Amino acid sequence: MLSTETDILSTAEAWRRAGRGVALATVIETWGSAPRPVGSHLVVDADGNFLGSVSGGCVEGAVITEGMEAIADGRARVVAFGVADETAWRVGLSCGGRIRVYVEPVT
Amino acid sequence: MQLDALTALNAERAARRAAILVTDLDGGTQRVVREAEIAADPLADLLGQRLASGKSSLAEVEGRPLFLTVQAPPVRLVIVGAVHISQALCPMATALDLDVAVIDPRTAFATPERFPGIDLVTLWPDEAFGGAVPALDRYCAVAALTHDPKIDDPALMAALRADCFYVGALGSRKTHAARVARLGAVGFTEDAIGRIAAPIGLDIGAVSPAEIAVSILGQIVEAQRAPRSAAAR
Repeated sequence: MLSTETDILSTAEAWRRAGRGVALATVIETWGSAPRPVGSHLVVDADGNFLGSVSGGCVEGAVITEGMEAIADGRARVVAFGVADETAWRVGLSCGGRIRVYVEPVT
Repeated sequence: MQLDALTALNAERAARRAAILVTDLDGGTQRVVREAEIAADPLADLLGQRLASGKSSLAEVEGRPLFLTVQAPPVRLVIVGAVHISQALCPMATALDLDVAVIDPRTAFATPERFPGIDLVTLWPDEAFGGAVPALDRYCAVAALTHDPKIDDPALMAALRADCFYVGALGSRKTHAARVARLGAVGFTEDAIGRIAAPIGLDIGAVSPAEIAVSILGQIVEAQRAPRSAAAR
């Protein structure tokens, strides 16, 4: 079943209350044919368990890694993905779009 | 994000109240602005406008990049009357991402064959609200389409009391004049009654049921996108 934004934010709260390290990723900007709209969330815990989607799959792995790093260092960051990006060859958006994602630890 | 901000967002959403999370992307500071707090907020205009749009987005305030996470309750459309217009209205409303429910106590009209995939409730409005149909609130639109005051009137009264953002009723001007008199007689003020869109729908010369459905949905979108801070009563 598709997870809704409600499920994701509720899950973030529940995981945090259960004592797990948690980070939240939010799509803050898109250009071109990005598959997930601005405001879409993904929640990840310190072990890499996640719920939600920021790109329909293309860059989820990289966002999850960023989330785990945010949990570890306690700092929020903005990460960008897109075809013009050097990382595009590894984790670019096949659709040709670009996105920026805000990744923050839940503290 | 602080856990208490996340908790506040979740609590507002569960209560079907709007809220906006304001994140300073440079400093990482965040705050939750509840719908009722928007009018008094330093960013009132910006927040009111973004809430009306219903979309999360970036903004720049005094040179600082902000991200506004807009959390607005899903909009529900309650259609009273499983009539021909409703059959055209349901799929169009669903395409607009409205949560649609149809109420009609007349089981001959309210059949799954006529309304495939739609939440159909064969009860009188007063029996339905707060039970089979969740209680009405500000994020509900109500369209009364039966032409029968026994069914339409209780639904309209419930919609006005719940301060639904859109209340529309089918019927000619003459029919509506009689309705105004009935609602006035049971204590609704002129202002309250004036909130009913009647005859229902934008004046686009609609003739067919599908065209009338378009005119109703156009009016609902117009009401939905009007800045909520201006509509705050």
